[in-house]
Amino acid sequence: MTLAVNTQTILGRPRGGSFRRDLMGVAVIAVFAAAGYILFPDNLALLTRILSVALLVLALDLVTGYCGVATLGHAAFFGSGAYAAGILSAHYGINDPLLMTLGGIVAGAVAGLLCAVIMLRAHGLPQLVLSIALIYLFHELANKASSWTGGSDGLSGIMPDPVFGLYEFDLFGHTAYFFGVALLLIAFVLLRLVVRSPFGMLCRGIKEDPLRIRAMGASPNAALAKMYVISGAVAGTGGALSAISTQVVALDALSFTQSAEALVMLVLGGTGSLFGALAGTLIFMLFEDYVSAANPFHWLTMVGALLIAVVLFAPKGIYGTAAAYFTRRGEANR
Amino acid sequence: MSAVFEVANLKRSFGGLVVTNDVSLSMAPGDRIALIGPNGAGKTTFVNLVTGNLPPSSGEVRLGGETVTRIDAIGRVRRGLVRSFQVTRLFQDMTPAEHVGLAVLQRDGRAGRLFGSFLNMPEVMAEVSELLEKLGLAELAHRKVREIAYGQQRLLEIAVALALKPKVLLLDEPAAGVPQSDTGRIEQALADLPPDLAVLMIEHDMDLVFRFAKRVIVLAAGTIIFDGLPADVTKDARVREAYLGNYANASHVA
Repeated sequence: MTLAVNTQTILGRPRGGSFRRDLMGVAVIAVFAAAGYILFPDNLALLTRILSVALLVLALDLVTGYCGVATLGHAAFFGSGAYAAGILSAHYGINDPLLMTLGGIVAGAVAGLLCAVIMLRAHGLPQLVLSIALIYLFHELANKASSWTGGSDGLSGIMPDPVFGLYEFDLFGHTAYFFGVALLLIAFVLLRLVVRSPFGMLCRGIKEDPLRIRAMGASPNAALAKMYVISGAVAGTGGALSAISTQVVALDALSFTQSAEALVMLVLGGTGSLFGALAGTLIFMLFEDYVSAANPFHWLTMVGALLIAVVLFAPKGIYGTAAAYFTRRGEANR
Repeated sequence: MSAVFEVANLKRSFGGLVVTNDVSLSMAPGDRIALIGPNGAGKTTFVNLVTGNLPPSSGEVRLGGETVTRIDAIGRVRRGLVRSFQVTRLFQDMTPAEHVGLAVLQRDGRAGRLFGSFLNMPEVMAEVSELLEKLGLAELAHRKVREIAYGQQRLLEIAVALALKPKVLLLDEPAAGVPQSDTGRIEQALADLPPDLAVLMIEHDMDLVFRFAKRVIVLAAGTIIFDGLPADVTKDARVREAYLGNYANASHVA
């Protein structure tokens, strides 16, 4: 070791370059995306749906995994994004997919702020109940405002223009798929920056001990509200992607079931890690698709069994447990 | 020197029970005061009143000349009133460098930044290195807190408090739970606190009190019964009575 004059090097650096891991993460997503495209060319609709739900689960991971707020209402932001993008196209004739996505992002962020204002007044179990109440209210609002949302018939008449005026949304879903992959990659890179930033560090502190954070002069609620807005924007992106790719928005997008499934996927993959959120979504949705086709009568039983197995034997989630295993092995070989 | 921190006629009761009764004290920069008192004297309530975690029934708290009685705990920290905890409250999954870095960033109003890392901010890292170096924690800078010894965690508590650049520091039993072999390091850290900082230490260990404090305040049943030099505290009849209960004065009880 050389003794440098620069104060920065006195402490040395923590192990593991974060930039390299970012690049690896991007590469892994790109490889999976390419593999999906090559292996399942007839099933791009499913893959695109996985991408949009992955954005929802990433968003959920921000508040649940990184900040420790348990919620069963996160689809409210996904649905808000989906309806915003859909309504822009169906009612206002704004068909540019990028503008529709932007609409979804804004709607998700606004819904995030609104829910934060209500949810952050409580903690623990009452907070969880508030999240459930909110998702029911959002659902009912969408149901009642049927002239805007199509109510239980769903919102149709969404007709996105070609991306950049060049790539038309085709019947096979090629464009939608690549559009989704691009959105997920952008979201992933931005979120990697956020979770590593001073703000991300502040949120990790809040998760462990909000009182300690207050004693450092920071307001946990202000930080959590900010995270809710970011999370809402990410989930809204997923919703917009879903509206653009399927060209319909159903009430399911705003449902308790969708929220709960997102939480299941997150726990399955592992909370508090972006890779965990992505892995959980991929595994759950592929498993669901495969098992429901193979055995339509008992598929839910199998999903339940898988979840119990993971929670009991790999409580950090599939990705979390694998990552911990390799870290330990890496340290043992050092 | 003018007072940096003042408490005037502070009172707090829970129902009919008066827990803090008409407590007044004033601190100047550089003060080293120990607050002692038997169990149940109201020390914890006093700390909570002063830090803004509990509203007083009446009375005032002033910080740097400003009345902060109606300002919440976070606002008081931002104005320079910082406390450490009796049982360390650190983030188990974070490193000492992250703790101090977060405190420095928070103090400068940059803890909300959404990009970059403090590891790449030379001016933050300079401060982090300096503080950790000073408290002998530089070697452990990037270890998780859960992996470091309790005595070192106590030192980190002090480092975090100092990173916030306080005017007034409340130390709640800074050596509690630390094995005898490690108390020396903590006493050294206390002796090295910035000279212009006003420090109020709540402590049970009388040896530590006598070595650290230039002034001792004794709280009993919510009231200040002694405020003076450490040398005089053990001679004071009321202090003896408070610590020994009525046994010592049984003959005077009617």
